[in-house]
Amino acid sequence: MDRDRSLITRSPFGHLGTGALVVIPTLFLAYFFVYPVVAITVRGLTPEGVFNPAVLLDVLSSRTLQGVAAFTLWQAVLSTLLTVAVGLPAAWVFARFDFPGKSVMRAATLVPFVLPTLVVGTAFLALIGPKGVTDIDLTGTLWVILIAHVFYNYAIVVRGVGAYWERIDPALEDAARSLGASRLRTFRTVTLPLLKPAIASTSALVFLFSFTSFGVVLLLGDINHSTIEVEIWRQTTAYLRLDIASTLAILQLIGVGVILMMYGRYQRRTTIQFAHGTIRPPRPATAADRIAVGAVLATTAFLLGLPLVILIGRSLVNPQGGIGFANYSNLFSLPAMSASFVDPIDAIVNSLRFALFATVIAVLIGVLASAALSYSQKRTARVFDLFVMLPLGTSAVTIGFGFLVALGWPIDLRTSVMLIPIAHALVAIPFMVRTTNPSMGSVQHRLREAAATLGATPARAWWTIDLRLVSRAIAVGAAFAFAISMGEFGATSFITRPDSPTIPIAIFRLLGRPGSTPFGAALAMSVLLMVITGVAVFAIDVLRTPQAGDL
Amino acid sequence: MNHRVMRIALVLLTTAVVASGCSSDSAPDEIVLLTHESFALSEGTLEAFKDQTGVTVKVRTAGDAGTMVIQAILTKDNPIADVMYGVDNTFLSRAVNSGLFIPYTARGIESVNPLLRIDGDIVTPIDFGDVCINYDIEALAAIGSPPPENLGDLLDPQYEGLLVVEDPSTSSPGLAFLMATIAAYPDGAEYDWKAYWSDLFDNGVVIAADWSEAYSTRFTRAGGAQPLVVSYASSPPAEVFYGNLTEAPTGVMTEGCFKQIEYAGILSGTQHEATAGQLIDFLISLPVQEDIPLNMFVYPANRDAVLPQVFADHTTLPERSVVMEPGTIELNRQRWIEEWIEIARS
Repeated sequence: MDRDRSLITRSPFGHLGTGALVVIPTLFLAYFFVYPVVAITVRGLTPEGVFNPAVLLDVLSSRTLQGVAAFTLWQAVLSTLLTVAVGLPAAWVFARFDFPGKSVMRAATLVPFVLPTLVVGTAFLALIGPKGVTDIDLTGTLWVILIAHVFYNYAIVVRGVGAYWERIDPALEDAARSLGASRLRTFRTVTLPLLKPAIASTSALVFLFSFTSFGVVLLLGDINHSTIEVEIWRQTTAYLRLDIASTLAILQLIGVGVILMMYGRYQRRTTIQFAHGTIRPPRPATAADRIAVGAVLATTAFLLGLPLVILIGRSLVNPQGGIGFANYSNLFSLPAMSASFVDPIDAIVNSLRFALFATVIAVLIGVLASAALSYSQKRTARVFDLFVMLPLGTSAVTIGFGFLVALGWPIDLRTSVMLIPIAHALVAIPFMVRTTNPSMGSVQHRLREAAATLGATPARAWWTIDLRLVSRAIAVGAAFAFAISMGEFGATSFITRPDSPTIPIAIFRLLGRPGSTPFGAALAMSVLLMVITGVAVFAIDVLRTPQAGDL
Repeated sequence: MNHRVMRIALVLLTTAVVASGCSSDSAPDEIVLLTHESFALSEGTLEAFKDQTGVTVKVRTAGDAGTMVIQAILTKDNPIADVMYGVDNTFLSRAVNSGLFIPYTARGIESVNPLLRIDGDIVTPIDFGDVCINYDIEALAAIGSPPPENLGDLLDPQYEGLLVVEDPSTSSPGLAFLMATIAAYPDGAEYDWKAYWSDLFDNGVVIAADWSEAYSTRFTRAGGAQPLVVSYASSPPAEVFYGNLTEAPTGVMTEGCFKQIEYAGILSGTQHEATAGQLIDFLISLPVQEDIPLNMFVYPANRDAVLPQVFADHTTLPERSVVMEPGTIELNRQRWIEEWIEIARS
């Protein structure tokens, strides 16, 4: 192991080069994250220009807020454990087997990620609501929050761990099996230790998403369930108490920081044997394999598919009764009746444009940051790692208002439309880093040495070897970045912006009007969002498949 | 008349000051209107302002009304807009106390309902809506219950578990309904609003996070379990209009309503005060006022504005709608909500 460790810590660029990689992500995050967050926090904590420590003490000693903090942590831990437990078997199936419809199904796992909470909520109500088909009413309970978090975050585990898993040489597992180890023992002693960095990475993401959960808790939970994020929002919009909101935002950030540091200990990279060449995984051959794969796929279809099918089905029920496409044609006719409705084509074009920008920014910044992290084992790298992840643990309120307070100078960007993709990229960059980092850290240095022997410059060697080897991971991150941007609503709504409504905003406006016609149109718009996201993710998935003869 | 001369002189003076200060023309090329997510006017309506004045209106959207007020407060010294539209009576005092506005008496203000106006014309009322209990006519008939007539009726066992209201800490109609109950059962009364709400909870009132959840998932019309919901007096005409119906499927309980009034004001940091004033005049003028109802489903503040037929035919206007002083709301809002949450959680 020691020998391996010494291999991976070596950067292809030397010390200076690794340092240079850090510069761009650092500048980006400093200007668009640290500066706004510090500015709004200072502003929030000093109403009328003076800091009032009593607010901090009030917040810390409030029974209600202590309860909120405890619940935030508790539900996030449970949600993460549950999502990993349900997602790992699916990651295994997607990594180790080939089956018909695999690419479509893998792309579909990302669809829930983009759906507005209220829309998902209606599907959940139909299943587990007071008048639901199952006769089990889970509304307002912790269960419905946990189930929704699994529904939303399932793809993070399946796709994140799956992409890593499929690169692990099956020969390692085969060797263990041939030495007489049982399947379970092979998994426990060979596969699991190898997967550890990917599991740690993805569960950190799931944890952060659940920890800062807003819509799910607000809409599916009840008045007794509240997260710090919900409380920040309530203090801001109902009480206009920025001082309390800022105090809560700092506590949330500290909480996220502590948790991430604990994760950091599990994320230490190990060099692993990546499979050489693209191996097409086999179809499930034995009866046991078939049963296992079937069971896992059935679970996925049930958990993710059922609510989605309900939504699609409902979107086809016409507001005046009967089955058809009235909701879809209403999407186009409603804007003519009232300007509060968005032309669906405009919304789609706006969303795609923002998502494209956000993805490009996230890939550029994320890959540079991830590379810098992989090639350094110093303590500074761990601090940098933490710093890159923090935007995901920051309240949307903080980011939105932070932009407003900070970005007036030197160029006034405060009402710039570019803030939307930038805000989306802030959320997507941690994904990019977490999905590429485990792979990037495990590229074997001897490959680069071989390239150098053949006359390649370090940059060229990195481009042709590292980047290709981690291209899958980059594609996984890019797909997430795209989906995050397509579905993002929270931060967007806190940014002052020119009228450039995205699909989620168009859905929000439809949901804001009475009657089954606008509501049906909102469902139709949500289905369009699902389809567009699914197709785009599918395209990214196909593009990433390395060509034959690749490394 | 004297008053008007003074005002014109003032406008001219400000224009001169602004012009000399900027060295450019007195009228800017564009003026920025800060508003909330629900703002909408028909295509062409705002363009008419450009035809009149040569100035383009740029709209900047900023979340909900509360979020918008905070944004304006945060940028007070270096404003991102010239005029703010959409601050309502629940947040108005905070905005006024923060010194956000330059008082301005709009041209044509005589046509605006005087009940809606604010002392000193710090801001100008543009539209209003009444938050009232709505009921599903068919669903109530099916269980054989008459529509409730007042807040007291909602405690009747025959309506047990049939009402859904929005959480006042996360929803503006929810807050409006809470204040309607406070007006009916005031603080300090023998039977106060807290006692009323305890009884309402005992009668199985359901709490939704926001209006969409209440109206589009919990309400019987949406397939939910509650035929009574806190919504707007304008919801029945909206149902008719969007659904292309001939008769409203819902009715309005005309007691226990709360009036939400939306205002526009000139932001104090503006460089274009004169043009900002013209924009306020424009917002209460008939072309905008008559365009407001079908786009935002609220009522125009200008009494001369002709209501669209669907409003005239299908609206039951509340007999009495609570109009609460913005100052009273500001003073008590947080305490009321916090006390309500305590009742809701116990």
